[in-house]
Amino acid sequence: MTPTRQKLLVLYLAHSGLDAHVVSWAQWDGTGKEDHIPGDQDEPPYASGLEALRDGWRLLQMSPLRPHAPGEEFRTSYLKYEFVFEKLEPFHG
Amino acid sequence: MDEPKLLDSKQMAEFAARGVLRFDGVVPDEINERFCTDAAGREIPVVPAGTPLDEAYAPGTPIHGLVSLPRVRGAIESLVGPGSLVDHHFLHLALPPASFEKRGLRQSSQPTHQDSTIDPRMAFDAQLFYFPHAVTREMGGTRYIPGSHLRIVSEAAIGRYQNIRGQQHVVCPAGTVMLAHHGLWHGGGINRSDRMRFMFKIRLNPTVRQCRLWDTSDLGPAHGEQRPIFWLREAPDPEHLHSILCRLEPWFEQDTGRLEILNRIRLWRFLLGDDEFDADYWLTRLENAPEAAAQ
Repeated sequence: MTPTRQKLLVLYLAHSGLDAHVVSWAQWDGTGKEDHIPGDQDEPPYASGLEALRDGWRLLQMSPLRPHAPGEEFRTSYLKYEFVFEKLEPFHG
Repeated sequence: MDEPKLLDSKQMAEFAARGVLRFDGVVPDEINERFCTDAAGREIPVVPAGTPLDEAYAPGTPIHGLVSLPRVRGAIESLVGPGSLVDHHFLHLALPPASFEKRGLRQSSQPTHQDSTIDPRMAFDAQLFYFPHAVTREMGGTRYIPGSHLRIVSEAAIGRYQNIRGQQHVVCPAGTVMLAHHGLWHGGGINRSDRMRFMFKIRLNPTVRQCRLWDTSDLGPAHGEQRPIFWLREAPDPEHLHSILCRLEPWFEQDTGRLEILNRIRLWRFLLGDDEFDADYWLTRLENAPEAAAQ
């Protein structure tokens, strides 16, 4: 069996639905073919989470929706709608 | 020193909204060249934390010249007032690829981060970014995220966000200065050119209440008057102070973008010393408490 390595795509969307547009993104490639660094792309690889899904990315996790803590309702902090995807790619050492 | 040229209200509103102001080529070549010579020899003064800006740099030195320029000094005083303190300064170096190849190291850009640590204050420090030589795209000038300054995060915790819609990369002529809110998300870019890139940063703490420190003569008595909202016959004036405060950034989430507007209006109230100010009715709606009036 050909060994595989994981490629990860993390998309941050404009709301909690997968069809929302991408506001931020990150990629890590376990095969070593691609090396992504901060600030390397000004346009996202996909327009929405749904577009990534349709291109074969498997969704691993999405941010839960939590009630706002009293007194913290208006505080903004980390990006809110994080979706983690993977692809498994053949790896030839 | 010539009279400082203070910021106007639109510039201050832009700072409240986006957390950054940029002045291209504002520093004369003579200062830039002397600074670059000093930087190449690492002849940058060592200054104890908390030294008054007026005492931190010897007259005649390029950094003293930089912070004495009327536009630079005026912007500093508009943001953090007279008598600000030098928290620290740092000469940032972005090495060219050959430096990494020689040592067998992976070259990368700096992850996006917020300086210092979690800082939920309304008062803010100003960070002066000085680009003493021209910066091309290839040289990887500082990357920053407009409108990120009011997000309360913990320094490098945001390093996962490789790219953010609307991120800016500084490409500028020599002698460019940026003044940023301490909360602005930023990171050094990767230098793919064959020369060293310098950027000098000074963090300044206010010692006075940050209230109406800029030139408020353009503010007008009706600047807090409400406009029609949502259902409009024509697009609102983009130069209107409320438009500046309420302009969304391309990376804002749909709901959180509205919270950013609330927080900008609260910052503007703080800067004005006016708890009644509102832009486009965002806070008035939330503060309406008819049950209190009925008692």
